[in-house]
Amino acid sequence: MDFDIFIKILVAAIASGTPFVYAALGELITEKSGVLNLGVEGMMLVGAICGFIGMATTGSIFVAVVCGMAAGAFMAGIFALLTLSLMANQVASGLALTIFGVGLSSFLGLNYTSVALSGVPELHIPLLSDIPVMGELLFSHDILIYCSLFLFAAVSWFLSKTKAGLVLRGIGEAPKSAHALGYNVIAIRYIAVLFGGAMAGLGGVYLCIAYTPMWVEGMVAGRGWVSLALVVFATWRPARVMIGAYLFGGITVAQFHVQGFGIEIPSQLLSMLPYISTIIVLVFISRDPTTIRLNSPASLGATYHPSQPHS
Amino acid sequence: MAITRKQIMSVFILLVCVAGLVFSAFAEEKLKVGFVYVSPVGDAGWTYQHDLGRLELEKKLGDKIVTKYIDSVPEGPEAERVIRDLAKNGHGLIFTTSFGYMNPTLKVAKMFPKISFEHSTGYKTAKNVGTYMCRFYEARYLTGIVAGEMTKSNTLGYIAAFPIPEVIRGINAFTLGAKSVNPDVEVKVIWVNSWFDPGKEREASEALITQGADVITHHTDSTAPIMTAEEKGVYSIAYHSDMSKYGPKSHLTAATHVYGDFYVKTTQTVLDGTWKSDTVWSGIKEGSIELAPINPAVPADVVAHVEAVTKGIAEGSLHPFRGPIKDQSGKVVVETGKSLSDDDLLAMNYYVEGVLGKIPK
Repeated sequence: MDFDIFIKILVAAIASGTPFVYAALGELITEKSGVLNLGVEGMMLVGAICGFIGMATTGSIFVAVVCGMAAGAFMAGIFALLTLSLMANQVASGLALTIFGVGLSSFLGLNYTSVALSGVPELHIPLLSDIPVMGELLFSHDILIYCSLFLFAAVSWFLSKTKAGLVLRGIGEAPKSAHALGYNVIAIRYIAVLFGGAMAGLGGVYLCIAYTPMWVEGMVAGRGWVSLALVVFATWRPARVMIGAYLFGGITVAQFHVQGFGIEIPSQLLSMLPYISTIIVLVFISRDPTTIRLNSPASLGATYHPSQPHS
Repeated sequence: MAITRKQIMSVFILLVCVAGLVFSAFAEEKLKVGFVYVSPVGDAGWTYQHDLGRLELEKKLGDKIVTKYIDSVPEGPEAERVIRDLAKNGHGLIFTTSFGYMNPTLKVAKMFPKISFEHSTGYKTAKNVGTYMCRFYEARYLTGIVAGEMTKSNTLGYIAAFPIPEVIRGINAFTLGAKSVNPDVEVKVIWVNSWFDPGKEREASEALITQGADVITHHTDSTAPIMTAEEKGVYSIAYHSDMSKYGPKSHLTAATHVYGDFYVKTTQTVLDGTWKSDTVWSGIKEGSIELAPINPAVPADVVAHVEAVTKGIAEGSLHPFRGPIKDQSGKVVVETGKSLSDDDLLAMNYYVEGVLGKIPK
């Protein structure tokens, strides 16, 4: 395998991992607030089709992104209403949200199966993209990929360096104490859930306007579930989510190259590789039980209402 | 004589009965033909081709029949329910268009012995269940010729779904077609283990292109390979439908299947009362296999050669799997002058010489 192909695999890995970056970072914020939203797959699908419709009707990437994020947030809003205001079970509501999203997206997309889009152009940053190797690897992607890197920086900074991030984490750890300190737990969780939905929607938009510029039913194809798993295996840390996302994307791409080179490994086994290796790597780097306990939000998945008595 | 209420009532009842009879007689005149599809119709792909056939049937026999289709029917118990509903609602002929409908179709057919069923791509028949399939490999052979002529790197890429004989037959036919005009050509195959996953199909296409393939084709259902080829500036050959609008520059042609004729003929035999359960495997000769319009980028002499081969296959003077054919190890699998039988074609489980890699077992 020559070096050139290796670089191409890395470039493709970044593109392939980007939907996971969006969805998983969004879900990370949601879970950090103590809410477990299993509806990522459904939110991605609805975000994808709404972004696609936006792009198909106006031709503007900006409109597509706004539509997709709004649609994802709308789906998350339904979930938030059910679980935060009406105290419904989070696991059941999240699963229902996915089933609903699958149906809703195929309904909305009825007239859009096989509308062709032009895709999102690659943005070659002048001078920088001419640097050999690094230029291709870092400075010749489309705008949505740069946005995902920005999102990563913003989320990391928010969680570790800002007071608002601290409050969010505190609510995820001990909602009752946060409430006692005067924070509006429900309102903040609403915001976190809506943000998670918007990011899942954006992940969907990336898939259907940039990665494979088309709409087909169920095109998210399980990426929402993988994103959920990434958050857990990355022990709720943004940098590890990124590692996991690119690793998953990279191995997905690399296994096709392995097949192309005619290396004799059964393709069925290769198809499993991204899942297995991502889990192994993330579990390995996060195997310290203390840090897991430190990072996992203690109240994750538990229903909370301000009027609940202290236990 | 005064007309009693009873008499009025009896006349009225009689009238209703007559009207009912007339109406049912009228309704019987129109044969109801049902179609079960596995995915939405869309505007390219497997189901789209079947629906084109249905539309042609309506156009040709519209005064004698009505058609109805149910789409996105998952294979399994749900399919059985849908097929039974169609049968109960008076459909006299039902086409079930996906492999996984085989057992549900047979089960329902047993309950409705007077209704004719036609199942696509299956291998089980019954007294009132026939099967039909197209000789996709004929079109694959032709597209192989186009690919073999157009490649500069002598590396062709093939994105394949699952290692079953139907897919392997396509890969081999494509390879033989390409080698018939360009003996140096090699075919790289990538298995995505999915019929339909645009993301994976894109990744596999990219991998093939990166590894030097300058013409790619696919045995999967989405348009992603064509779009990826267009983006990367290489040629592509589509499957099922003409996908040229997804890659105007890259799309050389497409291996398509056409069902209109078959649907019209079959329906006519049901109307005539001569329908019999049969196993139909039709190809270029019957008009079931066609190439999509060939891209102007392909030189005229290549197009002429493709046309000549098409004619040869239709007349039977040419067979894509005519010997000598060697497998990957160089062993002769089809001897000079002989052609593979249909049974051998249906059971194909080896790569011919020129395909790289091994079939996943």
